[in-house]
Amino acid sequence: MAANVRADRNAGTLHEQVSLAWTVIAWVIGLLVFFPVLYIVLTGLKTEATAITLPPKLIFHPTLEQYREIRSRGFYPFFRNSVITSLVSTAIVIVMAVPAAYALALRPMKKWKDVLFFFISTRFMPPAGIIVPLYIIFKDAHLLNTLRGLIIMYVAMNLPIAIWMLRSFFEDVPRAVLEAARVDGAGVLREMTQILLPMVGPGLVATAFLSIIFAWNEFFLAVNLTATEQASTVPLFMQKFITSEGLFWAKLSAASTMAIAPVVILGWISQRQLVRGLSMGAVK
Amino acid sequence: MASNVRLGQAETAQAPVIVDTRRYSTVGRWLVAPAFIYLLVVTQLPFIVALYDSTFRWNLMRPERKKNIGLQNFRDLISSLTKDSDPYAFRAALINSVIFTVSAVVISLVLGLLYAELVNHRFPGRNVVRTMLITPFLVMPVAGALGWKNLMMDPDFGVIDWVMRTLHFGHGPVWLAHLPRQSIIIMLVWRWAPFMMLILLAGMQSIDEEVREAARVDGATPLNEFIGITLPHLYRFMQLGALLGSVYIVQETDAIFVTTQGGPGTLTTNLPYLVYETAVRGSQVGRGAAMGLVVVALTIITMTFLLRIMDRMLRAQYGS
Repeated sequence: MAANVRADRNAGTLHEQVSLAWTVIAWVIGLLVFFPVLYIVLTGLKTEATAITLPPKLIFHPTLEQYREIRSRGFYPFFRNSVITSLVSTAIVIVMAVPAAYALALRPMKKWKDVLFFFISTRFMPPAGIIVPLYIIFKDAHLLNTLRGLIIMYVAMNLPIAIWMLRSFFEDVPRAVLEAARVDGAGVLREMTQILLPMVGPGLVATAFLSIIFAWNEFFLAVNLTATEQASTVPLFMQKFITSEGLFWAKLSAASTMAIAPVVILGWISQRQLVRGLSMGAVK
Repeated sequence: MASNVRLGQAETAQAPVIVDTRRYSTVGRWLVAPAFIYLLVVTQLPFIVALYDSTFRWNLMRPERKKNIGLQNFRDLISSLTKDSDPYAFRAALINSVIFTVSAVVISLVLGLLYAELVNHRFPGRNVVRTMLITPFLVMPVAGALGWKNLMMDPDFGVIDWVMRTLHFGHGPVWLAHLPRQSIIIMLVWRWAPFMMLILLAGMQSIDEEVREAARVDGATPLNEFIGITLPHLYRFMQLGALLGSVYIVQETDAIFVTTQGGPGTLTTNLPYLVYETAVRGSQVGRGAAMGLVVVALTIITMTFLLRIMDRMLRAQYGS
């Protein structure tokens, strides 16, 4: 049982044994869960022949051949589109979310809670519910297969989370700091940008990271609203591997590694703040 | 109309709003306005159009035959539910959506509880293990699912089959063909258990150590402590995780897209995937819009409970 480790802290050797067992079990489970990711990364460094060798080779002579190969197969435009859509949408999200979150946390207005819940309810709505009219609106507005179109949707997707998350960081700022600023006669803009923003810095960064992660990984909107490398993002490049190229595991893995590495690293960096975003600030 | 339903939702979940009128601020409204208007336009407008579209028989390939048929699309869906032949695969998709969501949420919660309990103790490399455990949630779902489909679950060269043969269990199943639903659920759980872990871990860490100490002084066994203190404290975090997980998992299509494409037959077609198949591949705009609205209705039901819980947690935190 879990609590053994704590309860037996005075039991000397027994305690050590329990915590050794605990360490081993935790590492085994951790490695099992992580294994598919590790194996994808390793396979991306293999030749196609080694990739399907059994038993799976964990030690081998690594090659970057597959990375060159996917580049020559047009991976780059998809990657560029992903970078642009996630970064630009996130920038717009932050610009709109900071004032809104600031207001909802520190300048209560009538019905502020209704506004908050309106925001979040838009995030919980399934894209499938609006994808049909969206497709037609996009077609008429010439937004189909454009980066602009995707960015518009990703801003809408991440804005509610960013507002809730930032609001919960603003809530943490000691009221005394604000009072002092107001006594000093700081205006709204100064209060927000010069006093509050530096104090919620890590929270702001984590919010931006989470927004990038969601935009980067998004597939359903991208597959419905884009068609070619003019606007399609990395998940759509991956989609090519479903059938025709399904058996080129090393290339698939190299592309997967390029697809997952950027945001996995962002997620690792911000993992302490992640839960606040995922739970909309309800959990800290 | 629909937007009223959503706002109405928020109203029922609302706490008695405490507004300090002295600090009531028009500035605040101006600061919220851009985000509010943006979301109103981008998310509610298509929604209203969806309501309108759902009243048409409308094949994109034959726009000249577009015709308003009132609620016929919804009647068709209901008949698909009741007829044995299930002509629009709607019943199958509804059942699959429920199966995927419920089983993925429940298993993820149990696994997430295990993960959280594991890393809620000190041991060498705890941060590394924690990092490894959250990684699946960060992995692009499309890439993760392709990895599972090929590297892990392939009947000839996949790691799982190799492990089974090495342990003398003989060949394993042809996962995606013989156990398609289970395969999808495995991928969903792999992705969502870390999410549950993060929420439950936050819950565990918010337990007052003094309460634990007091219980131990009173002679509580570790099991007592887990059942008597940890679990009750985690209850609302589990509710939150389950409901948040539900509204997200019911939307999941990525793994289905790149592995089974809804098959074999309609065994792994969930509602969002059926919307895609009907409207985008099948060009049946009206019916697709109607199906999408059903997904929305299901979500609103779940969301009613979710918002109530989030409201309670907000009040607990900020005392308002």
